[in-house]
Amino acid sequence: MIQAGFEPEGEKLERIRGYFRGELLTLREALLAMASKAHDNLNLALESLVERNARKARQVIEADSELDRLEVEIDEMVANFMATQAPMALACRLMLAASKISNDLERIGDQAVSIARRSLILMDEPPLKPLLDIPRMGADVLSMIRGTTDAFVEITPEKCATIIGMDERVDDINRQLERELTSFMVEDPKTITRALNLMLVARFFERAADHAKNIAELVFYLYTGKDIRHEAELGKTA
Amino acid sequence: MNAPSSPPVAGSTRVSIRNLKFYYGTHQVLQGVSLDIPAFQVTALIGPSGCGKTTLLRCLNRMHDLYPGNRYEGVIRLQPGDTDILGPGVDPIQVRMRCGMVFQKPNPFPKSIYENVAYGLRLQGMNRRRDLDERVEKALREAALWEEVKSRLHQLAHNLSGGQQQRLCIARAIATNPDVVLFDEPTSALDPIATSKIEELIVELKKRVTVIIVTHNLQQAGRISDMTAFMYLGELIEFGETNRVFTNPAKPQTEDYISGRFG
Repeated sequence: MIQAGFEPEGEKLERIRGYFRGELLTLREALLAMASKAHDNLNLALESLVERNARKARQVIEADSELDRLEVEIDEMVANFMATQAPMALACRLMLAASKISNDLERIGDQAVSIARRSLILMDEPPLKPLLDIPRMGADVLSMIRGTTDAFVEITPEKCATIIGMDERVDDINRQLERELTSFMVEDPKTITRALNLMLVARFFERAADHAKNIAELVFYLYTGKDIRHEAELGKTA
Repeated sequence: MNAPSSPPVAGSTRVSIRNLKFYYGTHQVLQGVSLDIPAFQVTALIGPSGCGKTTLLRCLNRMHDLYPGNRYEGVIRLQPGDTDILGPGVDPIQVRMRCGMVFQKPNPFPKSIYENVAYGLRLQGMNRRRDLDERVEKALREAALWEEVKSRLHQLAHNLSGGQQQRLCIARAIATNPDVVLFDEPTSALDPIATSKIEELIVELKKRVTVIIVTHNLQQAGRISDMTAFMYLGELIEFGETNRVFTNPAKPQTEDYISGRFG
């Protein structure tokens, strides 16, 4: 007679791994490919900004279509799987999560393109100040993307809380940078264009961090079935 | 036994099953099942073949009494009236009036369409033609069959299509104003269009009766049921709201079954 309810952690992991076969394995691979591409594009955009490297900036802009293609491909896989397999339980949650995650990754790619465009503009003028905060923000966002990918691959939803927490730090740096750049503009109107472009770049990283946070929440939902989005706003208790 | 119709209180318990054990001779099939079926909702019983779901369903209207050697243990209380369905003084015919049943294969009596529906009403003592006409029409309308058969009520029921026959069986089951209607895989012999009509009908029916359905079609359970009970080897493994059971089952056995990784 089987025991209802109790399931050792190892067996649970095995059961979750068991889902990723056939078409769901292909879907997982596509999501990982997309996450890796979004990460690399954002990294390249950051490098183009820091190194004032036009070639890297253009590379980011060109590479974006690959993310668009993957997003469409993933949604098609999700629609086909839902129509033909009527997924249940974790597979059902994966459908929802995969479609949303691919959208967030595509948006991260868009932020990378926006950063690369601003980077090309900023290169034409001398640097306003040494870049410190923006690379810190960039490193945080990249680490958030890697963290969500790890949580997805290793089936460790508990790691998502740390990633979600990092978003606040990115927000803080962004706010601090806005204040600093505003003071530059107040003191010397000649800095306005450059300061505004840097503010935009910071805003793009901040948005990318929001998308990474969304992905972390979706990975948590995928593996636990618990929706932790907007908890503060909705007054939910975890 | 003829309890008056209760005022509709959705969500209150209609059938309360406690520690139900059932034996075919010496073979125990239900291992002590306890379950509260909410009123005016659709409850689906799912589980692999041989898990005891049909056996459980058949306990609810004492269908097993028809065969010798079968034995029940435990309590099934039906509201209103707190009737113990398995109690010694209870008349199984009366139980079946209050818990109507629709089977896997449509099984109209070899009589006219009209007489199929009127049958239970006559058993209840209704004989006046006008009353019977009225109730037969009402039941056929509720079973979404009236428009298709009103001009040929006195033709043989067997001339109807499979889907129509099944709706006739539903009309027959609801004509006597039961508290509960039990469905045993009611669409497994029907095409998708007839299936969809029956499903719509079941969802409509729950406004006035409590529905319990055994189905192997998980998508069907997902579409029409409010609550889902998953059974395995004669035990109730999990019972909860269908949406929750299908998206985030609490028990690994349920998850394995609904995601098709069983056995």
